[in-house]
Amino acid sequence: MLKIENLHARIGAKEILKGLSLEVKPGEVHAIMGPNGAGKSTLGNVLAGRSGYEVTAGTVTFDGKNLLELEPEARAAAGVFLAFQYPVEIPGVNNTYFLRAALNAQRKACGEQELDSMQFLKLVREKIKEMGMTPELLNRAVNEGFSGGEKKRNEVFQMAVLEPRLAILDETDSGLDIDALKQVAAGVNSLRSAERAFLVITHYQRLLDYIVPDFVHVLADGRIVESGNAQLARELEAHGYAWVRERTPAEAEAGA
Amino acid sequence: MTPSVPFAQSMHDAALQRRLPGSGSAWLDAARAEALQTFATRGLPDQRNELWKYTSLRALAQKTYVADDPQASSRAVDAALLPASAMQGPCAVFVNGAFRAELSQLDALPEGVVVQSLASALREAPEPLRFLLDKRTDDDDDGFTLLNRALAADGLILKVVAGAEVGEPLHIVHVGLAAEAAAAFHLRSLVEVGEGARLRIVEHHVGEPQNGHLTNIMRDISVHENAHLDWTIIQQAGADATLLRRSRVRLHDDAGLDLHALELGGKLVRHEIRTELAGARSRFNSRGAFVLHGRQHADMEVLVTHRGRDSVSNAVWRGVADDRARGVVHGRILVQPGADGADGSFYNKNLLLSPDAEIDTRPALEIYADEVKANHGATVGQLDEKVLFYLRSRGIPLETARRILVRAFCSVALDGIEPASLRERCEALLAEQLPEVSA
Repeated sequence: MLKIENLHARIGAKEILKGLSLEVKPGEVHAIMGPNGAGKSTLGNVLAGRSGYEVTAGTVTFDGKNLLELEPEARAAAGVFLAFQYPVEIPGVNNTYFLRAALNAQRKACGEQELDSMQFLKLVREKIKEMGMTPELLNRAVNEGFSGGEKKRNEVFQMAVLEPRLAILDETDSGLDIDALKQVAAGVNSLRSAERAFLVITHYQRLLDYIVPDFVHVLADGRIVESGNAQLARELEAHGYAWVRERTPAEAEAGA
Repeated sequence: MTPSVPFAQSMHDAALQRRLPGSGSAWLDAARAEALQTFATRGLPDQRNELWKYTSLRALAQKTYVADDPQASSRAVDAALLPASAMQGPCAVFVNGAFRAELSQLDALPEGVVVQSLASALREAPEPLRFLLDKRTDDDDDGFTLLNRALAADGLILKVVAGAEVGEPLHIVHVGLAAEAAAAFHLRSLVEVGEGARLRIVEHHVGEPQNGHLTNIMRDISVHENAHLDWTIIQQAGADATLLRRSRVRLHDDAGLDLHALELGGKLVRHEIRTELAGARSRFNSRGAFVLHGRQHADMEVLVTHRGRDSVSNAVWRGVADDRARGVVHGRILVQPGADGADGSFYNKNLLLSPDAEIDTRPALEIYADEVKANHGATVGQLDEKVLFYLRSRGIPLETARRILVRAFCSVALDGIEPASLRERCEALLAEQLPEVSA
């Protein structure tokens, strides 16, 4: 579904991704872990199409399409969703209105019938119930005045409504207390399916106790230096990222 | 003295040609002559004048306007041009500066409301309006107020008797239609809301795109003790129109004014709103937005003077300029000695959608009283790239994302518009204006 090969990307003159390769198949949950500054968020942003990042080498294909040449909205319509590390506040734009505009834009791009307001309202009411969130959130401006936890839950709620094929969670656990973390994880788990893949970017192993990944990759200095199963995350938690660097000194040097 | 610039010359010629309603009345003739004479010496305001600092009249000074549209009272008006909602209730319609009784609906006015056109009032007898029109010029008069004193041929005299509650809004519609020559219309209006009365006014400006007229409106509004005025302005003047307005508002003890302004049309548009919170506990809330394209120029001068104790003013204005448009927002709060306990605020945010657009905003506070609360703030910025990306990452195309954000930016200016149908109408107009928002 997603195939990243030898991806190099930079911001300005600073090279962040230095030959990252990764393949994700439908139904899989991949966790990307790594120390600060390794390029975790850059990966999410490059996949979603944020401006300011320049891809200097490598390819990213999504369902056989060259993802990198698509506008962010086209990537969304193709099924890519980024749950932001820092969801923005949009005063004056109602959550329901926003989500309906988003869903209908995607449906339109895919040649599907747009939903009218009644159909849409029915859908979001179901989804918000499934996510265990208060319907009152629908009438508020997008993320305006939301707590950190509410913002992250709103990201998962949006994901539930938009039903992406590939969901990228960018440090969705950051700033969450344990209760909020469990709720967010439960939301994500309820969306796991054979057709949908997840890329869970996180600094800590904690989230992976609740969203159990099929694969864990360690990202260091712009490349994946180690891959394994859920057990790898636990070893990282026990030993720290320095442990990976010690195990793969040659590669770490080559990347430096 | 012969004015040297073409504009002034054309105004001088207009005064000679035109026989104004009420002429023959000695005091009125004298007041008009004096205003014209003073205009000849003062001329048009220039940018040294603080209130005209960012609005240049150099191009206007080179234009000439005829005295009136001779067919103003008979021109057919395309019904599609008129705001449908306005035409269903009481309304006063002006076409090219002239009141049109047959297009207006004033026979079924709510109890306690008296409306007359200035022209008919002056033809009947100028004397009752002497208090309004027999004034010498003062320092505050600029070229346009002087021309208005000299040349006002029509307008609206509107009075609400004490205690009357007028639920249904009264619509005042100004229509600009293309004519053989560009003309200047000077309108003088008066609104009196009697003690304890309540009134709603919705003011519309509409026009054919190819009318190049100048409309110069001057009005005095008094809201008496315990009275309230709700005033909504929906300005969609024709693309080539010049619209200059000065409104002087006086609020007495416990009186209130809620103003909402949506300024969308016209080529050169200005509104100078001078509100005097004369009475104790008087209140003035203003909210407004302009959205400009092409080479439009809009200048909003919100000048608030607190004189009454514990008087309160709040202002929230939004400006959006695209292409080569230019916006000006000047918010001034002056708290006079004796206005102890006054509370005034002025907030203005602006959005530039093109590198060639410009908005100048100047908030100013002058305080000469004690225990006063005063706040102001002004910003000029661009659409936030982070927010745009957020919308796009959810599948919303760039153009739609921009429209959504600009609408959201302006919508705060529409908060509080009643009834809901009027607010919806304003939102729809705003949305209509925005498809033109360019990249």
